[in-house]
Amino acid sequence: MKHRAAVLGTGQTHHRSKRLDVSIAGLCREAADRALADAGVGIDQIDAVVVGKAPDLFEGVMMPELYLADALGAVGKPMLRVHTAGSVGGATGIVAASLVQSGVHRRVLAVAFEKQSESNAMWALSISPPFSMPVLAGAGGYFAPHIRSYIRRSEAPAHIGAMVAAKDRRNGARNEYAHLRQADMTMEKVLASPMLWDPVRYDETCPSSDGACAVVLGDQAAAEASSQPVAWIRATAMRTEPTMFSGKDHVNPRAGADAAAALWAAAGITSPIDQIDAAEIYVPFSWFEPMWLENLGFAQPGRGWRLTESGATEIGGQIPVNPSGGVLSSNPIGASGLLRFAEAAMQVTGKAGEHQVPGARTALGHAYGGGSQYFSMWVVGDTPG
Amino acid sequence: MTDVAVIGFAQAPGERHSPATTNGVEMLVPIFGEVFEATGLAKDDIDFWCSGSSDYLAGRAFSFVSAVDAIGAFPPVMESHVEMDGAWALYEAWLKILTGEAEIALAYGFGKSSAGNLRRVLSLQLDPYLLAPLWPDSVSVAALQARAGLEAGVWTQEQMAEVAVRSRADGAGNPKAVRPRSDGSRSAVDLLAEPYVADPLRAHDCAPVTDGAAVVILAAGDRARALAERPAWITGFEHRIDSAALGARDLTTSPSAASAGAAAGAARAQVAELHAPFTHQEIILRNALCLGDEVRISPSGGALAGNPMFAAGLARIGSAATEIMAGRADVALGHATSGPALQQNLICVMEAK
Repeated sequence: MKHRAAVLGTGQTHHRSKRLDVSIAGLCREAADRALADAGVGIDQIDAVVVGKAPDLFEGVMMPELYLADALGAVGKPMLRVHTAGSVGGATGIVAASLVQSGVHRRVLAVAFEKQSESNAMWALSISPPFSMPVLAGAGGYFAPHIRSYIRRSEAPAHIGAMVAAKDRRNGARNEYAHLRQADMTMEKVLASPMLWDPVRYDETCPSSDGACAVVLGDQAAAEASSQPVAWIRATAMRTEPTMFSGKDHVNPRAGADAAAALWAAAGITSPIDQIDAAEIYVPFSWFEPMWLENLGFAQPGRGWRLTESGATEIGGQIPVNPSGGVLSSNPIGASGLLRFAEAAMQVTGKAGEHQVPGARTALGHAYGGGSQYFSMWVVGDTPG
Repeated sequence: MTDVAVIGFAQAPGERHSPATTNGVEMLVPIFGEVFEATGLAKDDIDFWCSGSSDYLAGRAFSFVSAVDAIGAFPPVMESHVEMDGAWALYEAWLKILTGEAEIALAYGFGKSSAGNLRRVLSLQLDPYLLAPLWPDSVSVAALQARAGLEAGVWTQEQMAEVAVRSRADGAGNPKAVRPRSDGSRSAVDLLAEPYVADPLRAHDCAPVTDGAAVVILAAGDRARALAERPAWITGFEHRIDSAALGARDLTTSPSAASAGAAAGAARAQVAELHAPFTHQEIILRNALCLGDEVRISPSGGALAGNPMFAAGLARIGSAATEIMAGRADVALGHATSGPALQQNLICVMEAK
């Protein structure tokens, strides 16, 4: 039997390219303390801790959760460490939700982080393991051909990516925690920035960030005891497919579509574009907004870019996407998924401040990872549903 | 709470130097086939998959991504991964069944420990600012722990050697144990005549560097009853972690194992498969779990007969479940550990019903 679970509080760090003022533990604790304060929960009330981050080689620390046990108040408690590539932040939220939904625990702390300045993520991705296709210099080169394929299939105009980037950077300027805050960013400026991986320009690319995100989840009794508004977890979904195989569709991967279909069914949502008020979608390169709008079922295949072009994904539009500024404004890789999940919760609890979508009651958090092969997502709402 | 049982287990033979790649596929495909044949299940019957492995062991980012190729994950599967021993993947799989999202779940773990210098690789698990830069290796850290127990009078070198003698004899009867380490011909006196590897640890005190993999299948309620004659029902599944500060805890005890064991009902076990990569750690665990002399310890030979990193803990649970499924025990315990000097411990108590 599935028990109800809710987000009692969220917290995140100020994301920067180098957080030299804190250790890895200090970074995680900054997010955890904010989440605990937001939830009105003491660290002694936490039953278990779930830690998520992307590859250990990004910091050069093997299984850093072992060392983080003290800083995160986990000594004497259960601690789990999740790693599902770029989707790990989302998976961390889902594993934490499982701890409550299974009836095993009452209150759980989930923390996800990346401190990219400790090492060099691009080169950590650029080793050549035997029998695997090398990623070469970072993720942009890997994904650019998929974007070109999308543009060709959908006949999208060339400026759509720049529209997404300008919107997300302007949204980021409304988010006090965002790494990049560019209130005056325009499509023209994006189009004038240097080309990195055709068709992805410099300003259409996520930054490398140090940062952490934390959420406190609770069961129904803990949620009802909270003096704060809570975000009820309506549904979660995870799906995986291989990186490479004959028939793989990198533009519209089936694992993402299957996860979305399962998510909407479990949440009782029949028309996502009408029933979702805000969507935090993992968009590390601008063009993934229209691609994922289609993969998630907000638009028919080939028509996602029309939603973007119409302004529907702006705050105040039909389906605001990444009101927080998204991954394009802050990318502490391991935390980026949990940030999407936490921002969705912030929207339905009315705690999103300057980037609040007015009246948001139901929101999506989404993450993906690997070679567009790991997907994790949740729907949260202001009522249990 | 939903009843959940172990209904299947398979493990790759422990090898000192496997020719397999670090992504686990070559070790996993045969044991997936083995466990499916034994249970009558197929890939499509698995509602949830969860794996445990380590990027640092493989020396590359995202090593588990390639392991998915062993599943044949298309159509896409519901799947997750922990950067921990597969025992914790089994814990996540157990949660997924309790939520009702899955009825049958498969957990696997794999590790090619020989790919690098293991004791040096494991140094990177230590505090990255204050301890890891000194490169204390995992065997030396365990030696400090063994020395602390000797000095405190908690164990003797003879008792440590007796653990090795029993393990080697049991390992000789386990076709999956690492050869030639597993042999029953040497006495404690013989072993104590050997030189130290890291004083006070001798070679027989340390688990062999082992490549391997393991898989365990869980099923809920009636599905378990239909799939196995004698399912190993999980009646206690708990894990805890201790402080990472080696100087801040009493290394001769294991509070996390004691707490997890008490919560899981460890003291009722008739047989216990303990994941003790060093002889003195078995003594610590027996004390922490209140396992008396009547409890049969690690009939498989335990981790000293084969310690595939990130699979050995899961293999302990699978081996303990096998004791129940085969009718040799009614209550069995599987244990997994992670981190330096037994920092993190997991206990899974299983019973026949």
